[in-house]
Amino acid sequence: MERKRRIQLNQRRLIKICTALSVAAAVLALPAFAEDTPTNEELYELYKAQQEQIDATADAVDEKGGKASGAWHEKTTLGGYGEVHFNYLAGKDVAPDKTKNPSSADFHRFVLFINHKYTEKIRFFSELEIEHAFSGAEGNAPGEVELEEAFIEFDLPMDITATTGLFVMPVGIINETHDPPAFYGVERNPIEKNIIPATWWEGGGMLSRNFDHGISADFAVSTGLQTPIPEMDDPDPGFNIRSGRQKLAKADASDVAVTGRVVYRGMPGLELGVSAQWQEDVSAEHRRTAATMFETHVVYERGPLGFRALYARWDLLSDAAKNVGRDEQYGFYVEPSYKICEWAGVFARYNQYNTEAGNAGGTKRQYDVGFNFWPHENVVLKLDGQFQRNKGGAGEFDGVNLGLGFTF
Amino acid sequence: MSRTLPSIVWVFFLIASIILSITVEASEARAAEVFQTSAAFVEAAFSGEKPMAKAVWLTGDLKKRVASVLGHPYRDLRVRYWTLGNRTAWILEEIGKVEPITLGVVVEHGQIEAMKVLTYRESRGWEIRFPVFMNQYRGAWVDSNAKLDRKIDGISGATLSVRATTRMARLALALSEAVEQNGATTQSKAP
Repeated sequence: MERKRRIQLNQRRLIKICTALSVAAAVLALPAFAEDTPTNEELYELYKAQQEQIDATADAVDEKGGKASGAWHEKTTLGGYGEVHFNYLAGKDVAPDKTKNPSSADFHRFVLFINHKYTEKIRFFSELEIEHAFSGAEGNAPGEVELEEAFIEFDLPMDITATTGLFVMPVGIINETHDPPAFYGVERNPIEKNIIPATWWEGGGMLSRNFDHGISADFAVSTGLQTPIPEMDDPDPGFNIRSGRQKLAKADASDVAVTGRVVYRGMPGLELGVSAQWQEDVSAEHRRTAATMFETHVVYERGPLGFRALYARWDLLSDAAKNVGRDEQYGFYVEPSYKICEWAGVFARYNQYNTEAGNAGGTKRQYDVGFNFWPHENVVLKLDGQFQRNKGGAGEFDGVNLGLGFTF
Repeated sequence: MSRTLPSIVWVFFLIASIILSITVEASEARAAEVFQTSAAFVEAAFSGEKPMAKAVWLTGDLKKRVASVLGHPYRDLRVRYWTLGNRTAWILEEIGKVEPITLGVVVEHGQIEAMKVLTYRESRGWEIRFPVFMNQYRGAWVDSNAKLDRKIDGISGATLSVRATTRMARLALALSEAVEQNGATTQSKAP
């Protein structure tokens, strides 16, 4: 018992001695520890060095993020647009065959852009389009696969840009800018469809220059229209401008078209444009039919108010064209619009055109009124009513159009 | 009309194309239109006085706010800016259709004092550089949702460039507000 007490006593003494030694060691070590502690100045230098390292790291990351490494995919961009149409129309002269059925649902267009920048001064642009969703040899495949644009753009001295390849003609409003969120109405206006005729592309070359004060000019030399010869039982008398598009598909290049355009965009919201074209012969059967086209338009958007107007005409210079009244073809439209808010707008449009104005009659009128809704700036839902009034009531289709459009 | 005319026009066009193609790479043709350098813009923004060069890090809530304004994250980790008194100057980049537009924005007391296109690289929409377009942003400010207080009249055929410009204006105002409130900045390089 006594022995056990002595052992415990010795253990306590040992603990006290160890504790005392530890404290003494710690006290003796303090000056040395204090000598290793950095001063404020040293800490500031350390902070600055670290900040420089962080900045250098961020610089490297930002540089890598902002500059292309030269890989092809960094020089290539993709985009596109599309539109689906639902047309609920009724007409007096509805033919029994499907192609003239005025009520239909159609994925009208799906277009992919593929662009590539070879160098800072040489760029490639393209649009590949599928129209009407299903293309093929079968009778129930109304679609088309079309190359709508494929051209190289060169930056030249004196601020001139040269375009060569397959490009849309510098004419009108819709022909160059036709992604669905950019315009009112499910269907494109009939003037730019039948008179201009959008979407209209040719092969050749074009020089463009932007001048100060917002003026730009284009001059193109290209293939031209070749209006087909109608079949014997075809009611179309020929010299149909829209049917004359060759689409650069083994196009007849024995005749040439020269096109010029001047546009003013020097004021916010305003575009004034005028374009003209001369073609040596627009007749596919070479009936010596020279043709001139003239077009002028205005686009004005001020706050919520918008206004578009366009006039276009063709003059075909031959007796053959005159005999069927197609020596003069013209059309115009006016389209006021109002944006109720950022995501909704209303419009009305009056269209008048005549593809046989050389004859006394044949004037066609179309009234459109409707809404655009933009759930996103690049997505649009459209609803409009159309009312056609033709001479004698032939070929009139009235009703409602619904549409979905998008671009990216 | 003579049938030889098309041949003459096509041959002329072909020769012209070849000459132009040969000269294009060797020429002084503009690759991108530089209207003003960053250094010159900053100098003009502060009337020749020496501003302090800083950078704001896009982290945390600010990163989310920036992504909300642009609709996507900003391309860099930080945004450099210059400040003197209540005035800040920002140089920002945003893609219009396929190429970045470089824009300088001066902000004072939460409003845009001046805006200028420094470099334009797109094929279309170059008209946004005109003062008559840029002046629409003068005095503009943003609400709590970073929306501009006004509607900007666009340029026909240049919708994407106009939208990119407006996004950068909103971004400059949002960043200016953030650095004013938080001072979340670090010293950076001089312009």
